[in-house]
Amino acid sequence: MNERRNEAGLTPLDRPNSYIGRSVPRPNLGRLVQGRAQFVTDITLPRMAHAAFVRSPHAHARIKTIDTAIAKSAPGVYAAFTWHDLAGVCTPWVGVLSHLKGLKSAEQYPLAPDRACWQGEAVAAVVARTRALAEDAAELVTVEYEELTPVVDPHQALDPKTPAIHPDHRDNLAFERTIDAGNVDQGFREADVIIESTFDFNRHTGVTLEPRAIVADWNEGEERLTVYQSTQALHMMKAIFAKHLGLAEHQVRVVCKDVGGSFGIKIHVYGDDMAVAAMSKILKRPIKYVADRIESFVTDIHARDHCVRAKIGVKQDGAITAWEIDDLTAIGPYSVYPRSSGIEVNQVINLTASAYGCKNYRAHARVAFTNKNVMCQYRAVGQPVAFGVTEGLLEMAARRLGIDPIAMRRKNLVPDESYPWTAPSGLQFEKLSHHACLDKLVQMMKYEELRREQAQLRAQNVHRGIGFSTFIEVTNPSAAFYGVGGAPITAQDGATLRLDVKGAVFCHIGVADTGQGAEAAIAQIVATSFGVPIDMVRVIMGDTDHTPYGGGTWASRATGIGGEAAWQAGKALRENVLMVAGAMLQTEGKTLDIRNGAIVDKDTGRERLPLAEVARVAYYRADTLPPGFQAEFVVTRHFVPRQYPFAFTNGHQACYLEVDVNTGFVKLLRHWVVEDCGTVINPQLVDEQTRGGVVQGIGPALFEHCVYDAQGQMLNANMADYLVPMAAEMPDIEVGHVATPTAESELGAKGTGEAGTAGAPAVVLNAVNDALAPFGAQLTAMPLTPDRILKALGKI
Amino acid sequence: MKPAPFCYAKARSLKHALELLGQANGEARVLAGGQSLIAALNLRLSSPRLLVDINGLADLDTIDLDGDRLALGAMVRQAAAERSPAVIEHAPLIVQALSHVAHPAIRNRGTIGGSIALADPAAELPACLVALGGEVEIAGSAGRRRVGAEDFFKGLYETDLEPGEVLAAVRVPSATRASRYGFGEFARRKGDYALVGLCAAARASGDKLQDVRLVFFGVGLKPVRARKAEAEIEGGPFEEGTISALADDLDPLEDIQASKALRTHLAGVLLKRVVQQLSESGS
Amino acid sequence: MSALTIEVTMIVNGEEIRETVEARKTLVDFLREDLGLTGTHVGCEHGICGACTVRVEGEIVRGCLMLAAQCDGKRVETIEGVSDSGEIKDLQANFVTRNALQCGYCTPGFLLTAQDLLARNAMPSRDEIREFISGNYCRCTGYHAIVDAIEKTAEARAGRNS
Repeated sequence: MNERRNEAGLTPLDRPNSYIGRSVPRPNLGRLVQGRAQFVTDITLPRMAHAAFVRSPHAHARIKTIDTAIAKSAPGVYAAFTWHDLAGVCTPWVGVLSHLKGLKSAEQYPLAPDRACWQGEAVAAVVARTRALAEDAAELVTVEYEELTPVVDPHQALDPKTPAIHPDHRDNLAFERTIDAGNVDQGFREADVIIESTFDFNRHTGVTLEPRAIVADWNEGEERLTVYQSTQALHMMKAIFAKHLGLAEHQVRVVCKDVGGSFGIKIHVYGDDMAVAAMSKILKRPIKYVADRIESFVTDIHARDHCVRAKIGVKQDGAITAWEIDDLTAIGPYSVYPRSSGIEVNQVINLTASAYGCKNYRAHARVAFTNKNVMCQYRAVGQPVAFGVTEGLLEMAARRLGIDPIAMRRKNLVPDESYPWTAPSGLQFEKLSHHACLDKLVQMMKYEELRREQAQLRAQNVHRGIGFSTFIEVTNPSAAFYGVGGAPITAQDGATLRLDVKGAVFCHIGVADTGQGAEAAIAQIVATSFGVPIDMVRVIMGDTDHTPYGGGTWASRATGIGGEAAWQAGKALRENVLMVAGAMLQTEGKTLDIRNGAIVDKDTGRERLPLAEVARVAYYRADTLPPGFQAEFVVTRHFVPRQYPFAFTNGHQACYLEVDVNTGFVKLLRHWVVEDCGTVINPQLVDEQTRGGVVQGIGPALFEHCVYDAQGQMLNANMADYLVPMAAEMPDIEVGHVATPTAESELGAKGTGEAGTAGAPAVVLNAVNDALAPFGAQLTAMPLTPDRILKALGKI
Repeated sequence: MKPAPFCYAKARSLKHALELLGQANGEARVLAGGQSLIAALNLRLSSPRLLVDINGLADLDTIDLDGDRLALGAMVRQAAAERSPAVIEHAPLIVQALSHVAHPAIRNRGTIGGSIALADPAAELPACLVALGGEVEIAGSAGRRRVGAEDFFKGLYETDLEPGEVLAAVRVPSATRASRYGFGEFARRKGDYALVGLCAAARASGDKLQDVRLVFFGVGLKPVRARKAEAEIEGGPFEEGTISALADDLDPLEDIQASKALRTHLAGVLLKRVVQQLSESGS
Repeated sequence: MSALTIEVTMIVNGEEIRETVEARKTLVDFLREDLGLTGTHVGCEHGICGACTVRVEGEIVRGCLMLAAQCDGKRVETIEGVSDSGEIKDLQANFVTRNALQCGYCTPGFLLTAQDLLARNAMPSRDEIREFISGNYCRCTGYHAIVDAIEKTAEARAGRNS
């Protein structure tokens, strides 16, 4: 609890003219609605050339020869490359983290040297005057492949008879981990009912509307590499480019203004991007590469390809006595760099059952290499799988026992007064609010009325279902997430505030806005903390030369961590300014305050000076200040969470839908989310993150699926066949809030960007199963297609 | 994805278009609406040497009553047909079908003739043409010829159009007071290609239906007439027997969007709904 | 006369443009690369996502499914022109206050599509709005806020006209 109250009962957040908790419109929206944004795809530089890649059509093949001679002499072509041309300039990488014990991977190259390990892996590149000419020439590159047997199924991958994909590996097991807490066997013995099921989660992908895009510009005269990249983690990419291109970090600058959607897709290192940077260094000119949509489907990271066998033990009164899961996940042939492809499964087994009080929990997880596209962190990492399993099993159990699913949750959720509390998996929860959120949800959705409506309509052969999910989101990560494993990923962030001569404040900060509104939240925080109207705040992000070393945007950290740094910097700058004001007014700085852009008496609020006047004096009339006095109007503060490895948040979702039992089609009627992200900076932005996240979770529940055949070919790598959610099929979404601030920071803000996605697949699954309950039909494999629904009903 | 290089020529007239196509010796494509063609070019699924642009040819862009038939020029935009009072009055089945075709921006450019000539098996308009018992008018260097709809559609993207010919117009019988129409389709999302769809037309004769034409799309390589089911319906009231007759008529394909069993099942559901419409509708 | 490159003349956002283009160049690439009008975006190049929506002769079309060559003699409007003319000022304002955009990549396409809807249907229901915009992909918002912003604009315009 945030209890830093003063005598008047006020917390530091109770500043006058506060923007905290206000739905202020985002300052960067003007350029976005006028078509005046700057996405990396919009950038042109002098002498800029374009890259196109030659990609393996085979999921698994030895590369015997690559002949680029004809391509090199095609019209408009500047150069063509294979790995051998890049070998002197770029080093390979391995995506492992030392704290994921036993995680193994193989060296990965920007262009595959001698083996192609997934359909779409780049084996050669052409650089030409235009993208079209580069593509023309790419068709003239001849590659001789010797096809090898692709491994596409994780069970097959782990079969001892199956050769390892990588020659120096013993097998295709990338990572394995177990958790055994409490006494699970005893728990199952005590159970009155045991339910076992296997849940299949479908591989899917981000489909960011702006594809991955990069312009790498090696300036030979400056010996500096400037990379314009559509990315979430600029300083991390700077470190990676420097390391693998043999440069000092300060020789690299990463710039990113507007990002057309990311959701985790653009936080990973792609061979394509490393190749482009290397080729720029070799050709000594800017090179641009934009993945086209087909390339995106086969090379952007995929996520959530899991098969989970799960078991729950319950007593007749609904008390859960034990949980057990066995998760087998199929990643690509490499663990992605530098965050590794072991984190998703780690989060699945850490988070499963963690909202519930039962101490008996056993989990076994295995990660298998396959010859499908690489897989890594994507919005709400592991959470939809964890809660799909947990909440799916719970509602199955409730149905079997004849207990209302809300009552079942009330009986088993960790009580709100129990915190701090450590889950059986080891996760440390500072303070969650499962029951408060559930109560609010039930009230918002008028649950009893819905059940009555459902019953009435069932009698008329109209089948509606109600599904619920608790969810826990992982936010504000500390260094225990990546830094501890050796990755060049910082958990801290810094904000530098600079007062200009007319009283405007510039905030340079290392977090990034990828559309979620970080720029607005930071502006609101600075305006409140320092004491100016928000239109006097300019937030500078997206340039490693001009922002403090920071982590960027991922794991919902921008507001909680970047925001706290900005908050502290605002206070520090205010103190410095008030020292000068005090000198000018011949009083003590601490009797003054800055409010709404003016220096005021703290106690009475009486205006004493305009802020701009203090700045004018400090910048132009230092001769009027006391001797030895130096005004410091640039201040930097950093923040990193130290007490808890993560600031977990929680919430509850519900879905009301109708299943047409004649056709298997599902109509989503309504959706509710109650979420608790601590102190809310901008309520509208939180709501909108939640809504967007929900729809991104509904996608794989009903529609999205990267479909592969037995040869490792992705069959639906285009927008017509890969079904993303569009407006006509999506419901309106109601969002409610509970606020449990974190005590780790003064702001008390946790993250919220992934909450919607974390619980949405589970509620859709549960709602469909609730609708079909009278038929004894039950589904556990997503997406919930008409085929699967009608099969479950025995109609086909 | 950028297209492979091609030459472009804007036809000054239909005659000019035919000349250009003739000279290209099978290596040219006609650019009409372009909503399918340019996507295919972007994806490099097709690399013609020449595109002959027939946009702007006024004599291909008209909607006229031609006796007891409604004639639509091949270049009539789908959006224009959807809003045309003549089409609404004389061929309401086309209007109904068009509202399911893709999205407004696509229909603003896509053409009636283009969709018919492409003959995508999951498309609405080819099935519509067969259901209405319509015909296409084809222009070639030797002159004009007409082909009935059922003879026009031959297979997967395969029609009776010869290289060097251009589809000039389609004609459908105008609706009469006895005309009855039905339409239905199942798609996962609004505007998607149908998993399975049904275009139907009939003539009311007393309380019976005559000349029943049930044309399924999305179930085969081309529009499929369910003749056994048609016979059942013409004979008398709708019964479960009609559905099993349908199983003899249809042998749907399987793909990643739908299994054969699903398509067959949904076809049966559509049949029930559409026959209901046939019995209820009336001009 | 057929050629690999074509000279085209068109009116783009009210300005006469005369350029030589490769026959294979799509309208959206021409606008973005040759004319520097980067407000229109490319998302899929097969006509499905709607990010490339522009107006040709007053009608919304997919810029990735038209060739620049086809626009010879035509009037083309992009988000920059439609925005600068003030035509969609109220729609843009409602998008901003309602946060009906997050990353903004889909937004120009949605604005032009929404404006077309409101020109045809002054008081669309929420379902009608959803249906009309069902050809525009947004990954960030989940669509709810976009529907709200369009609905609010329609209501305000109807209020002004009544």
